[in-house]
Amino acid sequence: MSGLAFDVSHLLAGGLVLISFMLLYQTRLYALLNVYAAQAVALSLAVAWQAYVQDKPHLYATAAIAFLFKAALIPYALHRAIDRLGMRRDVENVVGIGATMLAGLACVALAIVVMLRFENAADALAREDLAFALSVILLGLLMMVVRRNAVSMVIGFMSLENGLILAAAGAKGMPLVVEFAVAFSVVVALVVIWVFLFRLRDRFGAVDVGVLDEFQGSRR
Amino acid sequence: MTSALPAVEAVLAIPFGAAAALALLADYRLSSRLNVAAAFATLVVAVTLFVLPGFATPYLLIDDLNVVFVVLNAFVAFTTSVFSASYIGHEVASGRLTPRNLRFYHAMCQFLAFAMNLALTANNIGLMWAALEIATLTTVAMVGLYQTRAAIEAAWKYFILGSVGIALALFGTILVFMAARPVMGEGADGMVWTLLMAHARAFDPTLLDLAFVFLMLGYGTKVGLVPLHAWLPDAHAEGPTPISAVLSGLLLNVALYIVLRFKLLIDANGRAIAPGPLLATLGLLSLLFAAFMLYRRRDVKRLFAFSSIEHMGIIVFAFGIGGPLANFAGLFHMAMHSLTKSAIFFTVGHIAQVKGSQRIADIRGLTVSQPWLGWALLAGVFAIAGLPPMGVFTSEFLVVSSTFARSPALALILVFGILVAFGALLMHVQAMAFGDPGAPEPRSRASTAPILAHLSLVLLAGIYPPPPLVAWFEHVAAMLR
Repeated sequence: MSGLAFDVSHLLAGGLVLISFMLLYQTRLYALLNVYAAQAVALSLAVAWQAYVQDKPHLYATAAIAFLFKAALIPYALHRAIDRLGMRRDVENVVGIGATMLAGLACVALAIVVMLRFENAADALAREDLAFALSVILLGLLMMVVRRNAVSMVIGFMSLENGLILAAAGAKGMPLVVEFAVAFSVVVALVVIWVFLFRLRDRFGAVDVGVLDEFQGSRR
Repeated sequence: MTSALPAVEAVLAIPFGAAAALALLADYRLSSRLNVAAAFATLVVAVTLFVLPGFATPYLLIDDLNVVFVVLNAFVAFTTSVFSASYIGHEVASGRLTPRNLRFYHAMCQFLAFAMNLALTANNIGLMWAALEIATLTTVAMVGLYQTRAAIEAAWKYFILGSVGIALALFGTILVFMAARPVMGEGADGMVWTLLMAHARAFDPTLLDLAFVFLMLGYGTKVGLVPLHAWLPDAHAEGPTPISAVLSGLLLNVALYIVLRFKLLIDANGRAIAPGPLLATLGLLSLLFAAFMLYRRRDVKRLFAFSSIEHMGIIVFAFGIGGPLANFAGLFHMAMHSLTKSAIFFTVGHIAQVKGSQRIADIRGLTVSQPWLGWALLAGVFAIAGLPPMGVFTSEFLVVSSTFARSPALALILVFGILVAFGALLMHVQAMAFGDPGAPEPRSRASTAPILAHLSLVLLAGIYPPPPLVAWFEHVAAMLR
């Protein structure tokens, strides 16, 4: 593995983690969408670089899907949904931003500690790529936990999926089946999400999961 | 002898084709009949798998472990479709569902059957994952079918927790591939379960450890293990009752089956983490938590949803203890729980329709007002609570006795949990069956055949389990170690 290939993969994967942190401190819905789109662009670049380095043309398809769906189509659709439905534009955090960032740092530390233990299992590049991917996954989970707004929970989930695709692309020679499965799941998930956004709006007049608290289903 | 491959292809193709056809059919009466017919055809083909020899292609697999689950799946899917045919008539009459909803519902029923059969017969761990994801998304759509506030909340919760679970499971799957890569090389071979099993010994154990943790968290969410169970009671309570029956009776089993597959893989490696203690802890935790939660339930479907968590706990605990006897008991309990719990949901579905409510407080004196349903509910609850001579008693007894042999302290906790749950179920069913019936009401025109079929099978298994079935369970239990 040449030094350049190594460095560029690190740069791009590290960029993804950095953008995950940026997602954590956004307080406005539009800004959140834009940052998410930026993460999707970083993801498609990272996957495309893997395609080039590993000489696996099918990964270019994965990169293209990531770019088209995640960087363009989904942010655009959500943008329009926010406009049309007249949602509140600010995002409410359950936990303060400072505490969230600290928890995010802990997530990344955990991912690195866990992954870098495998000295002989995989080559250094794959191992470190996995550490980055796991960081993105954990940060996505964190975002789903600290947000109340349904749109930002969905974005948290999609950023978690970005981490998964990064992991799948970094795992050398991972068969195509999985990438299609992932792409497919994104599409299906989107359909379901759409339905939910509209119905949440119809039923509650706002896309805020907080209003669901009033119906305490779990206490019955 | 011919291979079972065409039969498996048929088991996948029939529900898939039926789903497409049902999506086009507007008349719900016709659809419900077609639904039953397709489920029956699937069952007939599935039964032939018992006699055909197993096989393994890169994508599909039939071996001793999954064949009984495929047949059980097909059987419960068939009885559920019969139940559903009599259930939905009432839902349309009462205006809770429109014929348009039902078109979607019927197509989804068959699509769900397809996805579950695919998950059970997949030989590729990526395909297995994708199939379970499809099954999850299908059920999410069905849980939200009534579009009430509660149903949408339940579906949202299920969707979010289910997706996170499935995402973690995918990460675990990727890690398994990474562990296998140095041995298996690049490409599709690294995801084929049978090939992975053959080379498992050479895989890197630390990477497998981590993979198992993620797989356990991911698929464990779908099994409904505490503390990942939050979606389960809501999803069971707010969706249409046939879906509650399928969720409890089948989908939980499918997820658990996948966990078992990976447990086999970890065991075959030998040097990786022992999955037993983790499984036993999660199982015991689920059992105890659910047993106590049973007491303060006010919704009857929610009550039995918690009972499902309890039983999944017992089963996972049994596999965690391991050994031929406990594994046998776990497999047996999976089958028994699936049959009993879906019978209970069939009964509860009809009860909720005649009473117009799912609240336990509104359901009183059933043995007087609806003798058939009342006694069926009583029989079902006796079975699920583990009273002899029903089959659940046999399996619970085996779990307890095999645990006593290995670690008496754990067995005491187990027995305590089972007794706590028993008390709760008895308390609730006593009032529902024998309370003051209140004003007389019209008799339910319930379809009793599915309930009767399930309960008599459970009774038969308790009194005289068919020897070939026992031999088969013993064989698989030995395979599971």
